Amino acid sequence: MNSEELRNKLSEIKDKLTKTEEPIDNRIYLYCESENSYAVNKFLFEEVPLRFVIATGIDSDDCFEIIYHYSYDETGCVVNLKAFIRDRENPEIESIAPFLPAAEWIEREMHDLLGIEFKNHPDMRRLILADDWPEGVYPLRKEVKQ
Amino acid sequence: MKKTIKKTVIPVGPVHPLQEEMEFFQLTVDGETVTDIDMRISYNHRGIEKISESLQFDQVPLLVSRICGICSASHPLAYVQAVEEIAGVTVPDRARYVRTIIAEFERIHSHILWLGLAGHFIGYDTVFMWAWKYREPVLDMLEAITGNRNNYGNLLIGGCRDDIPDELIPKIFKDLDDIEKKMDMLTKAIIDDPILHARLKGVGVLTKEAAIKYAVTGPTARGSDIDIDVRHDDPYAAYSDIDWNVCVAPEGDVFAKAVVRLLEVFEAIKIIRQALRKLPKGPVKSEVKEIPPGEGTGRAEAPRGETFHYVRSDGGNRPVRHKARAPSYVNVPSFKASCIGQKIADVTITLAAVDPCYSCTERVAVVDKRTNEVICDYDMLLRLSREKTERIRKSF
Repeated sequence: MNSEELRNKLSEIKDKLTKTEEPIDNRIYLYCESENSYAVNKFLFEEVPLRFVIATGIDSDDCFEIIYHYSYDETGCVVNLKAFIRDRENPEIESIAPFLPAAEWIEREMHDLLGIEFKNHPDMRRLILADDWPEGVYPLRKEVKQ
Repeated sequence: MKKTIKKTVIPVGPVHPLQEEMEFFQLTVDGETVTDIDMRISYNHRGIEKISESLQFDQVPLLVSRICGICSASHPLAYVQAVEEIAGVTVPDRARYVRTIIAEFERIHSHILWLGLAGHFIGYDTVFMWAWKYREPVLDMLEAITGNRNNYGNLLIGGCRDDIPDELIPKIFKDLDDIEKKMDMLTKAIIDDPILHARLKGVGVLTKEAAIKYAVTGPTARGSDIDIDVRHDDPYAAYSDIDWNVCVAPEGDVFAKAVVRLLEVFEAIKIIRQALRKLPKGPVKSEVKEIPPGEGTGRAEAPRGETFHYVRSDGGNRPVRHKARAPSYVNVPSFKASCIGQKIADVTITLAAVDPCYSCTERVAVVDKRTNEVICDYDMLLRLSREKTERIRKSF
């Protein structure tokens, strides 16, 4: 697929997205709400298919964002899917690890550092934080200062 | 009077004082066959992403170069490219070439380091000593160019801190010739050795399907027939101006990964030579004033695979979020696919084959499936691995 064909392929899932942007060449940003994240991720990994790179969890002011970064290596395009979790009190999202083992660690990491729950994750043990770290303290949240 | 002797026990590991990258692997075995593997990481989590949010944009390269002592060019390179993407900075041509040269020297020294360790794990200590001896001139070159053997600190947003002095270039060419000759000898000795073929072929196979599921990168992916390399797919620095090849091997075993790394050393030498010949005149820095609000992704092909950085700016002088992903973060979980079903004697070299740094294999425990007892430690694993090589050697 060339860049144009990739854009066409990505448009197949546009009813689950809220916005699509391509600010510069070879960098695509897709936006969706947390309830559609599982379906869009599955489409990106299995249907397009893209290579999973990593996910970034962000504590924004009014919500949590997870950016799933994918790479399309034929054209060197980075596809970033932003999923917004609006409920700040009980942030939760469907885990993508059941079909994508590469995401297992990063979801455990975001659970540790940001307190986001991943539903149906196969192994939700702590990954980053020490066993004696207090419950409910999430170091990557904005309220935690160094 | 009889004296009582008091014994003091000092536990060492998983946080070993001498090494970086604390990791712990627990293998479950049935007889000699591995049936499960559990990994624990983050014994030395340094909170680099959180620290980065409290530093100014131009201080962060020095921080991220300390993520890994061996990949200390790749992390800052990926970071500065992410910030340059936000600010729309054009890097001077000469700086693009200097970045390429440093990154390739880093690849050479890292691959040779791996080769030495792999030799050590299977009982080829001569390879270990040769390889590390030949690595020295590479580090000397890096010191001559950047002032440091590791943690080069040469990357800035918008360019490089130091230029390569013109009078140094003839010496780099001469040293490259020497390194190439020695590596040629070493490579032939390894690739033609029938004992190594018997020892490493078919061992620790990571199939192409598993490699895609675990999203591995670098030589771990290229050794499993996946043709990806950021330098080729999403070219940065000066790679698009240079004629070079991506090295791929189809078998997925330890031998294939070794071959990929050995060939990449020669490709790296080829890239440096071309970059030096084409090195444009001009400055190596450009002025960067403010970083506007926005977000950017930067990636670089480190010796172990793709290094990925994501940076978000709100228009202030610090990143509001900075994500760094080292290649081992995706390569290490693939052990679940490559180790299960292997014999214990092959585990050490299978773990080492993704090049996760020395310390990773230091903390392996083997647990008996029936009794849940720890029955084997690192020293014993190393011995088993070397004994297997010895048995193969004797049978020839």
